[in-house]
Amino acid sequence: MKEIIKMMSRPMNWLEKMRKKKKASLRHFIGLGLVFCWLAGLVWWPTLAKAAETEPVIAIKGARLVTVTGSDIPQGTILIKGKYIVDIGPSVTIPPEAKVIEAQGLVAYPGMIDGLTYLGLQEISMVRATVDMRETGNINPQVRADEALRPDSVHIPITRANGTTCALVAPTGGLISGMSALIKLDGWTPEELVIKVPVAMHIQFPMMRGRYRRSSRSVSGSKRIKELKKLFNEARYYEKRRLAAQKNLLLPYPDFDEKLEALLPVVHGQLPVMISVYAEKDIKEVIKFVQEEKLKAILYGVHDGWKVADEIARAGLPVILDSLYNQPSRWEDGYDALYRNPAALVKAGVKIAFSSQSASLAKDLPWHAAKAVAFGLDQKEALKAVTINPAEIFGLGDQMGSLDKGKLANIVLTDGDLLEIRRHVKHLFIEGKEIDLSNYYTDLLHKFEKRLKEK
Amino acid sequence: MKWRKFVGLILAMVWLGLSPLGAGQDLFIKNGTLLTITQGIIHGGDILIIDGKIKEIGQNLTPPKGIRVIDATGKYVMPGIIDSHTHVALSGTNEASVAISSKVRMKDVINPEDPAIFTALTGGVTMVHTMHGSANPIGGENVVLKMKWGKSSEEMYVPYAYRTLKFALGENPKRANMMGFSAQPRYPQTRMGVIAIIRREFAKARSYMREWERYNQLKKNKKLVSFILPPRRNLRLEPLVLMLQGKMVARCHTYQADETLEFIKLSKEFGFKIGAFEHAWEAYKIVKELAAEKIGISVFADNWAYKMEAYQGIAYMAGFCAKHGVLVSINSDSGERIRRLFNDAAKTMRYGDLSEDEALKLITINPAIQLGVQKRVGSLEVGKDADIAIFNKHPLSAYTRCEMTIIEGEVYFDRAKYLEEQQKKAAAKKPHKKGGQK
Repeated sequence: MKEIIKMMSRPMNWLEKMRKKKKASLRHFIGLGLVFCWLAGLVWWPTLAKAAETEPVIAIKGARLVTVTGSDIPQGTILIKGKYIVDIGPSVTIPPEAKVIEAQGLVAYPGMIDGLTYLGLQEISMVRATVDMRETGNINPQVRADEALRPDSVHIPITRANGTTCALVAPTGGLISGMSALIKLDGWTPEELVIKVPVAMHIQFPMMRGRYRRSSRSVSGSKRIKELKKLFNEARYYEKRRLAAQKNLLLPYPDFDEKLEALLPVVHGQLPVMISVYAEKDIKEVIKFVQEEKLKAILYGVHDGWKVADEIARAGLPVILDSLYNQPSRWEDGYDALYRNPAALVKAGVKIAFSSQSASLAKDLPWHAAKAVAFGLDQKEALKAVTINPAEIFGLGDQMGSLDKGKLANIVLTDGDLLEIRRHVKHLFIEGKEIDLSNYYTDLLHKFEKRLKEK
Repeated sequence: MKWRKFVGLILAMVWLGLSPLGAGQDLFIKNGTLLTITQGIIHGGDILIIDGKIKEIGQNLTPPKGIRVIDATGKYVMPGIIDSHTHVALSGTNEASVAISSKVRMKDVINPEDPAIFTALTGGVTMVHTMHGSANPIGGENVVLKMKWGKSSEEMYVPYAYRTLKFALGENPKRANMMGFSAQPRYPQTRMGVIAIIRREFAKARSYMREWERYNQLKKNKKLVSFILPPRRNLRLEPLVLMLQGKMVARCHTYQADETLEFIKLSKEFGFKIGAFEHAWEAYKIVKELAAEKIGISVFADNWAYKMEAYQGIAYMAGFCAKHGVLVSINSDSGERIRRLFNDAAKTMRYGDLSEDEALKLITINPAIQLGVQKRVGSLEVGKDADIAIFNKHPLSAYTRCEMTIIEGEVYFDRAKYLEEQQKKAAAKKPHKKGGQK
């Protein structure tokens, strides 16, 4: 179904334009619709037929199952058929055709979901030729992360070998940076990687300056809010003018504006905005702004979250935390301000998720969560914040983020606590497929292990 | 009975008089899990600290009367973490205008008010090797400091460490990643030029050294002494002369395996000693050579792929090299990473399968050996400085938190006390504000 929706979305846009421009007749429309159905059928039928024939069955047997949404199962079995978990529990009957993976002594977790990365958009941060997540200029709502994804990035296999199976890939920079995509960390082409696009429109507020100096300088984002409001109004007006032109032959069509066009789903409240916002004052203003504009919103970064946790909770906005490899900007906030921020937000009732905010260090995601545990976050909440919470925030809570019947089989098997540093990932499944854990790291390691063995 | 008190007073005065200025304090750490590094783990162990030195370690020690006792029940006690490569507590790092800046000394720009010192303490770090930057093939003289937050630069300075001079190879001295003003072309622009310019300087230093030797020889002749002039002093070459004389060692920033090997060749050509290679992201390619030459490396656990020459820096490197006989330490190179070196050490267990013991060595005794201070710090042993970090969980667990950092018996960071102070400050700040968060 998903593929079809994706396929349909583009022709529909084009169709709409056709219809609006020429006042296309009903007949015309039906004709095109029939052609479209035929095309969709061509793609859909074979895949359905094929899936029914040879869906591999895998049984992960004997592992401790940390389901995340339910209680842990000390020893149980997960049955995978095709892409999905079809059964899970302490006593599951394993069909004879199943490939059995003996997992006694291992722990099964749902694959982690990274709340924001630059995977596939950045290879080497200081080599400009390999950096594709920051477009020039201030307003770039038209750019989409999925259209620059590099599936062959070495960072993807390294990241998944540490237990992450899905990640948001987002552009950054400017005021409006563009649209993000949620990807699974397995696939040969950008299309195979992408699970959902667009996930959000990314908007940036300034980081607090000060860099942990003893003097504090707060930065106001009010100017940015004014600018955004102006843009959103322009987008609304642009749409009105177009509608008016459709009704009245005497009115001219507005010139096509890619930026305003891209903002339309945002002002309609269909596409969420993900706003990177850090300072207390800015957070408050942003909450007011999204409420006034009736936007769907996700907050990102939120360094001062602990100061306004109740307000965020009341507004019902989820928060994705940025990398904890940061320092508080204000000395007075305490050295541990960013470390205890997640715990404070959860205590107030905010739904949080963690993010690595990186490509080369996206593998560190679980360790950000563990750091927050060291500073007061409940361990189970930390686990949720790298699994089910991001899934729900991205609107895919029914498909991933926990070990549940009917969900995609994104599963990681470890020899210990998922969030611990010392543990190893032993098996990994992405949409039911067992993933080879070798990567650029291990390839280079083996190459030079060979050198040592040479005489 | 009165005379006893009197004698006691006199003894106390004598003792006070004898104790050297700025000596450490007395402390008793009770009932912790002691990760001694060199002598295994002692469960339920005590440490008696007198005068800033570890006097006794063991189970069931009796604390002397009146001593401050720290209860470490359920906690983990380890030697203070040593960061073998960082740039904290300095008011300058790079003299980038010239290629050869060997005349500058980090000792001259110690900034005891850098908040990063406190940050280091919150991560259990007690000693750092704080270095000149890598903009120059030959940088400046580095300095070893103890993180005595609130004390003067003199008190932080560690005089018994090796004297070290910073060298840098590859992209940074080439200024390959620089923008704007710093991108002004300056010789050298290639790896060839980098090695050539270092060789030139050592050759100059050698003749400069000989000139002085000749002068000192001639000076002994009383007939000649009034006719000869001493050579003109060259501050740029003097550190290199110290290196040729074996009184100073090189700490060389390097990434690619090839340039690392070239520098080893250069050290043999001139006979100077290499203290350690910094970053050395491709050291795993040349373990044989490094182990044979007994040259250590001071590296990141996994911070990689930020520039071209760091693109083959695999997280397995530290563990792999340590297992094959190279002396490895894990460094921060940052005022932020410095507070989570214990996390970085744990990564060598995930990548490289080191044991707990081996992993902890990378941030304690190994950097101490690289800095020549292993007789004073780097492990919990009788007679060593009482530089100690206390954690609430095993320091290699991802869930751990540093609770207390002690240098020479003096508590420089105490989380419980810190939180109390923060609360007091918060209460004083907004007494009447409605709906304020704590």
